[in-house]
Amino acid sequence: MINLPILPILIPLVAAIVLLFLSKNVQAQRIVSAAAAAFTIIAAFAVMMKVEAEGIQTVDMGSWPAPFGITLVSDMLSIMLVLTASIITFCVILYSFRSIGSGREAFYYYPIVQFLLVGVNGSFTTGDIFNLFVFFEIMLMSSYVLIVIGGTKVQLRESIKYILVNVISSAIFVIAVGYLYSVTGSLNMAHISARISEIGAEPIITVLAILFLIVFGLKGGIFPLYFWLPGSYAAPPAPVLALFGALLTKVGVYAILRTYTLFFYHDQAFTHDILSLLALLTMIAGSIGALAYKDVKQILIYNIIIAVGVLLFGIAVMTEESVAGTIFYLVHDMIIKGGLFLLGGIMIYAAGTSNLTKMGGLIRLYPALGWTFLIAAFALAGIPPLSGFTGKLLIVRAGFEAGEYVGAIIVLLSSLAVLYSVVNLFMAVFWKNPENKLPEEKKQTASLFIPAAILVVLSVLYGVGTEAVYPYVMQAVDALIHPEIYIDAVLKE
Amino acid sequence: MEILMCIVAGLLFAAAVYLMLSKSLLRIIIGTGLLSHGTHLMLLTMGGLKTGAAPVLGEHAAAYTDPIPQALILTAIVISFGVTAVFLVIAYRAYQELGTDNMEQLRGMETDD
Repeated sequence: MINLPILPILIPLVAAIVLLFLSKNVQAQRIVSAAAAAFTIIAAFAVMMKVEAEGIQTVDMGSWPAPFGITLVSDMLSIMLVLTASIITFCVILYSFRSIGSGREAFYYYPIVQFLLVGVNGSFTTGDIFNLFVFFEIMLMSSYVLIVIGGTKVQLRESIKYILVNVISSAIFVIAVGYLYSVTGSLNMAHISARISEIGAEPIITVLAILFLIVFGLKGGIFPLYFWLPGSYAAPPAPVLALFGALLTKVGVYAILRTYTLFFYHDQAFTHDILSLLALLTMIAGSIGALAYKDVKQILIYNIIIAVGVLLFGIAVMTEESVAGTIFYLVHDMIIKGGLFLLGGIMIYAAGTSNLTKMGGLIRLYPALGWTFLIAAFALAGIPPLSGFTGKLLIVRAGFEAGEYVGAIIVLLSSLAVLYSVVNLFMAVFWKNPENKLPEEKKQTASLFIPAAILVVLSVLYGVGTEAVYPYVMQAVDALIHPEIYIDAVLKE
Repeated sequence: MEILMCIVAGLLFAAAVYLMLSKSLLRIIIGTGLLSHGTHLMLLTMGGLKTGAAPVLGEHAAAYTDPIPQALILTAIVISFGVTAVFLVIAYRAYQELGTDNMEQLRGMETDD
């Protein structure tokens, strides 16, 4: 037994505690938090190599054997997402140096970002359903602080709604875990999976599936539970928005993917049909929002919802190919959403407004920013050979093969809506003649631009290097499609 | 006994929903408190209610109570305590900044700051 999989959780945790004591010294905070994020990336990469070579890695906390204690499980899917989350956090921290403002920096911004990473990495890694709840709460607590830090009126107003929605969903989560415990008598996810396949497709299992769908759907922003998302996400500043958009909703999607492949795959005719229907409605609702708004933040936020719909559809089809597509698209979407929100933040900073009708002509002053944004926009829409393409191709092809014609066509149409909304954004912000005069002198944006560009370059490489990523994804798919692999690795039978 | 507990939990949920649907911020927060009480009661009931034995399983224990739900509730109580504290602080600060605790007046669209 090795303790390596715990490092991506432990490093940010220790860093956060150290940072709490450095709150007066902003320069030291910056160095420590960037270094901690870099070490987390290295640790996650080391774990990934280990998983690739030796299969699923598990750590039994306190050396209690598997079904009794809390187990951390790093399979390929978890560790890929942990690595991606750590990279995004690293870029967001670099971006924050110049943009978040010294007020927020002095009041525990950096420690809270590290705590958020603890929660996110923990949620991806844990193999215990109640521990998943605990890590969710760590993540949510940090997000409560991040959404309100700075204390502007909009932030205070929106944080109240955000907290209320999440308190309710946490209560449902605990109840669902309680039901699950009373039905299966276990909290270890592998053990639960084994017990459920003994029980078979009982109605109570289907009820649980729907309860968990509500919980994770509220976090992930699926139709009709996304109602809180556009308002709340628009309140905090760009780097926080990038963290939320890239990480939080994806943790919800990951949890759905995990529970629906490990627990609730017995009554697919019912649960996965509901999932598929909700996925389509999510895509449609997201597309309507993305096309209707004339605001940089809102357009990008509704694009999160479209992406969640695409991912859910991939989970609902539930063939080997569609799950592979879902994983491809999940990693792509995390990276590109991080990049896009950071670029969007620079655009808002450069133009001084987020309203599209008041923006324009930025290409003259910021050519690099404009073209980078265009590449990111194409990647988001899934134009080959950029990174969104492979995932969507696999999901759509699997959809057609499984006979889900309507769904696959809506995925394709939603790509059009995405393309139209982001190209429209590009035209309005960079291309068209501004109505009122723009500020003539150029604002200093290089230090903001570099972290955003890192993410976009990464996403391009991810798209071009699909061939190299493919074996990793297939290893992740293998453990999802065949739950026995996961169960055997955890319970060591 | 379990059925009685389920009914009590249901009543707590009903009261919580009623409070959370009101317009006053403080009532909403009290509602979330009741909601978590109901949840914890439900969790306790889900482990099965037995009387007359400690939740410790010795080598030759004849009877014992399931310790897991108790451990879970302890964790959940601590978390909901923390969340309620944060919620109260933010609500108070919001009341100071925005000058109202009426949810009707806290609607607002995202762009009108």
